[in-house]
Amino acid sequence: MSDRKQIVLGAYFPGVNHDTVWSDPASGSHIDFASFEHWARTAERGKLDLLFLAEGLRIRTRGEDFFDQDVVGRPDTFTVLASLAAVTEHIGLAGTINSTFNEPYELARKFATLDVLSGGRAAWNVVTSSDAPTGENFRHGGYLGHHQRYERAGETLAAVRTLWDSWGSDAVVADPASGTFLRDGHVGDFALHGNQFDIAGRFTVPRSPQGHPVILQAGESPAGRDFAAANADAIFSRYQKFEEARAFFDDVKARVAKAGRNPDEVRILPSAGVVLGDTEAQARERHAEIHDRQVDPWTAIVLAEMVWNRDLSAYDPDGPLPDVDPTPEAPTWIRGRAPLTQDAHATAKAWREIADARGLSLRETVKHVFDRAVFVGTPEHVADEIDRYVQADACDGFILGSHVSPTGLDEIVEKVVPILADRGVFRTDYERGTLRENLGLASPARFGERRPSVVAS
Amino acid sequence: MSGSPLPLHVAVALDGAGWHPAAWREPGARPDQLFSARYWTDLVRTAERGLLDLVTIEDALGLQSGDHLAEPERRTDRLQGRLDAELIAAFVAPLTSRIGLVPTVTTTHTEPFHVASALATLDHDSRGRAGWRVQTSVRPDEAAHFGRRTIAGLRRDELDTPAAKALVAELFGEATDAIEVVRRLWDSWEDDAEIRDVTSGRFLDRAKLHHVDFVGEQFSVRGPSIVPRPPQGQPLVVSLGHGDEPYRLAARGGDVLFVTPHDAHEARGIVGRVREIEGETAREEPLRILADLVVLLADTDDEARERLERLDAIDPVSSDAAVLATTPSALADLLVSWQEAGLDGYRLRPAVLPTDLDRIVDGLVPELQRRGAFRTVYAEPTLRERFGLPRPVSRYATAGSPA
Repeated sequence: MSDRKQIVLGAYFPGVNHDTVWSDPASGSHIDFASFEHWARTAERGKLDLLFLAEGLRIRTRGEDFFDQDVVGRPDTFTVLASLAAVTEHIGLAGTINSTFNEPYELARKFATLDVLSGGRAAWNVVTSSDAPTGENFRHGGYLGHHQRYERAGETLAAVRTLWDSWGSDAVVADPASGTFLRDGHVGDFALHGNQFDIAGRFTVPRSPQGHPVILQAGESPAGRDFAAANADAIFSRYQKFEEARAFFDDVKARVAKAGRNPDEVRILPSAGVVLGDTEAQARERHAEIHDRQVDPWTAIVLAEMVWNRDLSAYDPDGPLPDVDPTPEAPTWIRGRAPLTQDAHATAKAWREIADARGLSLRETVKHVFDRAVFVGTPEHVADEIDRYVQADACDGFILGSHVSPTGLDEIVEKVVPILADRGVFRTDYERGTLRENLGLASPARFGERRPSVVAS
Repeated sequence: MSGSPLPLHVAVALDGAGWHPAAWREPGARPDQLFSARYWTDLVRTAERGLLDLVTIEDALGLQSGDHLAEPERRTDRLQGRLDAELIAAFVAPLTSRIGLVPTVTTTHTEPFHVASALATLDHDSRGRAGWRVQTSVRPDEAAHFGRRTIAGLRRDELDTPAAKALVAELFGEATDAIEVVRRLWDSWEDDAEIRDVTSGRFLDRAKLHHVDFVGEQFSVRGPSIVPRPPQGQPLVVSLGHGDEPYRLAARGGDVLFVTPHDAHEARGIVGRVREIEGETAREEPLRILADLVVLLADTDDEARERLERLDAIDPVSSDAAVLATTPSALADLLVSWQEAGLDGYRLRPAVLPTDLDRIVDGLVPELQRRGAFRTVYAEPTLRERFGLPRPVSRYATAGSPA
């Protein structure tokens, strides 16, 4: 072990976004369990820290039509992670689950169960929903405004933590001789009275190995960053360029300290696409080819429509950006996908500046903006870059992926990860702890292991 | 019916340490492992070794209570606590290959959209072995766990009051709606919706995805599902019933119904009543009817009775289903003879786990096989096929398949 920072590495499953190239001959099913199993086993072969699954609760639509040009459909996150728990031993299992369209009692049950079944490997990426039509699939209906969403997310997380704490680690005695199964008759008791929830009763799942599964969050707005800094064990960021990543790192770690937490106990993990080649030139060529397929002419139009919030199909992708202004006030044109911008006019202006300065067409502008591949080069170069970001405190590690599922991760694991391990900045074998311990995260004891018999509620 | 018996369906119901309240104290029980992946994997693998049709896994959105209508007692001498059944089934799916996996998922407080996604995914992960044990939640304490609606609950001595009947009708109406929504969502992707047409750049034939547009009293769901059609098309829907309201639920939306006769005569009466109620609905396939029995097995009748007495002395059993303490051979005779009442098979509730499951697999199953009443090999790859049920075409299919 060197005294250099140890890198955290995760893997995302290339799914329903345009950067997954389903037309690649190597592309497999995005639904069959065999695909997930291949991906998970590859990641575990590389000794990666965690697997990461995103979320979708609604089929995307454009106008009245279902999206048909990207991968469509995905399996249920909890179910896939529980199945993956059975075919892996060490790797963390992180699921993105909505706090708007789930209730704390069920969330706590599902994550505690996943943590028990996996031997302490569960992680929850807490998200909120801003997409009103998603509510059309749920009892709740409708959706919550931005402020209420965070209030609900905060109360949901607090409620779930209370439920996880409602069984002490010594609650189950299970002694046949004395006939004592539970330590006392109040195991599982809880009561919560907030603006969003007024719930009480008894929880069903014994305390799981981690006590609290790892909490992930992706804070963006100042309120979102504060929420993440106060609550999360690891924070995803969308800042992949080195300077932006450094600025985000400093900002969030300062917020973590301000929230009264040890900044070292929060990991900051941007996602990063990787494109490898035997030479730098070859890698760049391959990247150009992949990126050309990721942002094909039609996808370029659709991505621009995400900003303009109107039908742009009459525009030539190889021509200039639309001369009309965005109409953010109109009914949402593309639904079921997280918004690209909070301020469409500002984003359109920024895109126009890029296009003007560089002389880019609509499609070229979109390609410039949507380049998820952060690391393009030889395995040595990519390993250098990952190490550089981490050692310079631009982040603590990355969630890695490629444009092809499920086999895209293979070459990253085979070629890049061993270089990092050789340098002593990444593990050569798994530690024997929970995900929380392996990530060096704060013990859940900081939230207190509440013993129901001694805590009045 | 005479001559050699028809092959029986035999399912096993898994719950905690078994169905006797003192089971966790029995030698051979594994009380310290009840909440472990290993325990549940071992149980389901044992059931698969016995070629059983399926396992059900009990669940509820609250702790166990002696009377399932009442809130949990604050006593410390009984097993309380459980893991989420659907996730147990998902964990076991890649570790087994043929047995049906049927977790209990409640309809009262859950989101039908999530339920449909979870079970469709279980069907994908198990390659066509998923089922759904539908269950309502009537307990006020479970409603308070969600805080979104108040449920007055039922008292065993007041089941015939108008208020009680109205509550039962409300909960079963909602469950009927939940099954309808879930089934529509399972059909909302036609089988060949994913086309991956590189030439046209289309991943999907969007004409083959469908809104389900369900509008009900408790929920409305637009759809389509986020999960493509499950391998079985429609995973198996099962439920337990003790009277007309649950029989009606099963007749409207179920594939398999568990009932609780205490003798062959009663079984005949129940089957007759279920068939009558079925006649009032537009079903294509008759419900498969399995009788629930709590079983405690031993090499001799005396030994079996002594085991039951020993357990009852600690904490006496009370059950909605008949409790049989007997030998595998006598049980096999009984199962074959009750079949003449019109039953398609049984769901056995082992009194003690793993003991009585082991005895079902190693004792009862060979006895049934000897009588020609049980399979000697798993023939059908999917759970629906095991029950002789066809794979239905999506109700939204646009291509027009032969009737």
